[in-house]
Order: sequence, then structure tokens, then C-alpha cells
Amino acid sequence: MSDLGISRSRGQALPKLPFHKRFFGSVPVSVAIYAIIVGLIAYGAYTGAQGMGYNWQWYRVPQFLYRNTEVGFEWGEIPIGLVATIKLSVTAFLLATAIGLLVALLRLSGLVIGAAVAVGYLELIRNIPLLVLLYLFYYVLGPIFGFDRYFASILTLAVFHSALISEILRAGINAIPAGQWEAAKSIGMSPYQTYLYIILPQSVRFMLPPMTGEVVHLIKSSAIVSVIAVAELTTFGRNIISDTYMSFEIWFTIALVYLVVTLILSIGVSHLEKKYAVDQ
Amino acid sequence: MTRPAPMIEVSNLDKFYGTFQALKNIDLTVHQGEKVVICGPSGSGKSTLIRCFNGLEWHNSGRLVIDGIEVYEGAKDIRELRQEVGMVFQQFNLFPHLTVLENLMIGPMKVRKIPKAQAEETARNYLDRVHIPEQADKYPAQLSGGQQQRVAIARSLCMETRIMLFDEPTSALDPEMINEVLDVMVELAETGMTMVVVTHEMGFARKVADTMVFMEAGQIVEISPPEQFFTQPSSERCRLFLDQILAH
Repeated sequence: MSDLGISRSRGQALPKLPFHKRFFGSVPVSVAIYAIIVGLIAYGAYTGAQGMGYNWQWYRVPQFLYRNTEVGFEWGEIPIGLVATIKLSVTAFLLATAIGLLVALLRLSGLVIGAAVAVGYLELIRNIPLLVLLYLFYYVLGPIFGFDRYFASILTLAVFHSALISEILRAGINAIPAGQWEAAKSIGMSPYQTYLYIILPQSVRFMLPPMTGEVVHLIKSSAIVSVIAVAELTTFGRNIISDTYMSFEIWFTIALVYLVVTLILSIGVSHLEKKYAVDQ
Repeated sequence: MTRPAPMIEVSNLDKFYGTFQALKNIDLTVHQGEKVVICGPSGSGKSTLIRCFNGLEWHNSGRLVIDGIEVYEGAKDIRELRQEVGMVFQQFNLFPHLTVLENLMIGPMKVRKIPKAQAEETARNYLDRVHIPEQADKYPAQLSGGQQQRVAIARSLCMETRIMLFDEPTSALDPEMINEVLDVMVELAETGMTMVVVTHEMGFARKVADTMVFMEAGQIVEISPPEQFFTQPSSERCRLFLDQILAH
């Protein structure tokens, strides 16, 4: 159509992108740049450690992963700590989801007092640092109600993350069009049945990505309970270092373990998301 | 001939949104088996009125009795009432995460506590009635708008409703799909169902309606049988409205 100022016959190639876009957009160049950056960081860490005369002892690390003793194979402190971290996180997450759902439903209940209680709780929890919350539960509420450090840390993590989870749940529930509520009402469903059979199953799709982020966040923030010496991955890491003085090797290993766990989680959920997307 | 029992009795009904009066002094009686078509310009309160009939909206004063049950905000038996009164929406409002068959079965199974096998039999029966038995295992998003609306009609019928409300059932449809939905509604009318239909499909109204209602600005301006309504409406406003929508 020459009257639009564009004259190009059928099949003729579009003009090429400028050189810099083609160069930086190509896969080999991107991979190379990525490799160079990672290499520089590793080199920096290595030379830095050399400069302070650090004595690398990577060969001593495997014994903290697993051991073959005369009694046979046994797991080292790091996997045992990882299992403890996962147990702690799963328990805290389940509790956090239950509290979060309650707070979200309170806020959506339409009752003035319900919404006020929910907003009050949300603002209170969101504006207290996690560490302070942990001290509150362990040093103040613990002695009052007589619960131990493990229970205090589960409560701390659950309460802290329930505030964020309640917002995720609320957003997911609100994302469902009002017509779904009306249709469920018009066939005589109670609010409870509507949530259970109509609203929540549809909300899962909206909640899954931010909830994954929240689980990852929770696993990472569970490390903070090491300050009250609850047995979990980070605490075990600290104990190993105080025995061996290998801070670099152990912290790198611990970081890698957290990274692997959260990556596996993210990949698993992105598969789940695809499955849900196909179903719709 | 004795008049059948009244199914819907509205008297002196008012409805406010804040200070805006959406419905003014509505009086209307619908008898068993009667087909009422409500029309009027947008914003005239047609949808609001029929949404009051199954408690999706609440009136502020006046009296509303459906099938012997008084409807008001906080009425204990409102859920029983909703099982008697089916509603078909402009936007279909099917449950997108359930198959067509599951959409039809969930109400009877969860609300009426009917066993699964029996609910499925009823559901397949009604899918036949709306002429899409072959779509049972698809999800709503895989159907055309006309098919979705017919599923929505079947979903209401599966609750064995005694009254069917239609809120502009064909307004969101492509023109070539309107007739397949209207055909199903005509067939439903022939079974003797009590129906209240908000629509601008005047061909359908002529064919099916026992009573025509014209609303404007929250008030009922005219109630008359279709022959009189279409030929010699008593109000000037109603005549103008008909001229406009029948112009083409």
C-alpha cells in the first residue's frame, strides 16, 4: 500500500535489526557474557581469600554431608539440618496458610469488626521485623505460655508469613468475577459451599505463583531461628564452623543447599502452573 | 376458568442504592405458568427487579412473595427459595473449572444432596433438552456463546426449578447464536414453566409472552397482553421505545 508510505512486495524480507541488538540478542553471546560475569565473581572471591591467607579445606566438607563409618553409612550434619529445616518450614507454612485463610476470610466477610481485626493484625505483623517477632515469641510469650524454642520458632514463622499469605489469598479470591458468586447463589449454594467448590478451586491458578514465592521466602527466613539455637540447617552450619573454622567452605555449601531446594520448588511449581493453564 | 395460583407477588416495592431510587412502587403479579417479558431502556430497573426475585438484590420496602415464601434480607429460607427459582445471566456465569456435565451436577449434588448417578442422569437428560448432549465432557471455554448459554439454562433446570428468570440472556451473544438460545426458551415455555424474561427480543416476546411489562426510570409504565402492547400501547413513552427497537 504505497499510499500508507510503506512499499514492500510480498515475501520481501523486513529490514534487519541494528547490529547491537542482533549481537547482544544472540544465544552464544549471551551465554558467553553470563559465563564471564560468573567467572569474575568466582575469581574475585578466590583471590580475595588468597589475599587474606585463607586456607581452603574443601576436602573436609564431604564428611558433613555423609560418612562411611565402621557401623556403616550415615548422613552428615548438613542433610540432617536440611531435613529439620524442611520440617520446620512445612509445619510453619501449613499453619501460616490456615491463619492466612482465616484473616483473608475475615477481611472479605463484609463485617466491619471482621475487617478491622484483619487489617489490625496485618499492619501489626507486617511492621514488626522478623527478628523482633522471634524474640517476642521466645523471650516474652514463651515463658508466659510455657512453649519451647522449637514451638516459638514455628509460631514466629507462621504468624509472620500468615500476614503475607492472607494478602495473596485475598487477591486470589478477589480475582474471581462477581458473576461466579451470583451463579453459585442462584443455585442455592451457601457461602461455605461457594468457597469450597467454586471460588477457591479457581483462585488456585492466581495464587500459585505468589504462594511459591512465599514458600521460598519462608524457607529462607527460617534460617533466622538459628539465633535461638533451634536445630536446623543454618544452626548446624554455625556449629560446624565453630568446630572447624572453615567459614568460607561451609557457608558456600549451606547457601548452595538452600539454592538447590528453592530452585527445585520453583521448577516443580512452574510445571504445576502449566498443568492448570491447560485445564482451563 | 380459574386463575392459577400466583407464583410471584410484588406490591409497593422500593429499592434504593444510597439516595438513588432504582425501583419505585412496583406492583406485579405473575401466576403459575405465566410468561412475562420485561422490556425498557437501559437503567430502567428491569434487571434489578428480577434480581430481587431470588435475593441477589434486596428491596428496601414493600412486599415480595415468591411461591409462598416472603423474600427479605436475612430471610432464613432464602436458600430454599433460590433452589426453586432459576436464574440465567447475560454473561452465562458458567463455572470455568468444571466440565459441562459437572456444571450441571454440582448444584443437585451439593445443594440438594442427590446421589451422583441420579444427578448425572438428570444432567444428561437436560443436556438433551437443550440440544447439546455431545458437549458433556468439554469445559465451558471450549463452547460457543450460544452453547454456553444453553448449558446455563440446563444448569438452572437441573435444580428442578419452578420459576425461571432470564436477565438479558441473548444480549452478549453473536447474532447467529441468538436463535438457538431463543428456540430452547420457547421449548421451555411450552412445558408450562413460569418465566420472567428481561429481553429486547420482541419476536420472542410476541411468540411466548402472556404479559408484557414496560419499565422506565424504576417504574412500571405499562402492563398489558402482547396484542395490545405491540399495537396500541397506552403510554406514549412505551410507543416511542417500541418504534425505536422495531425500526429495523
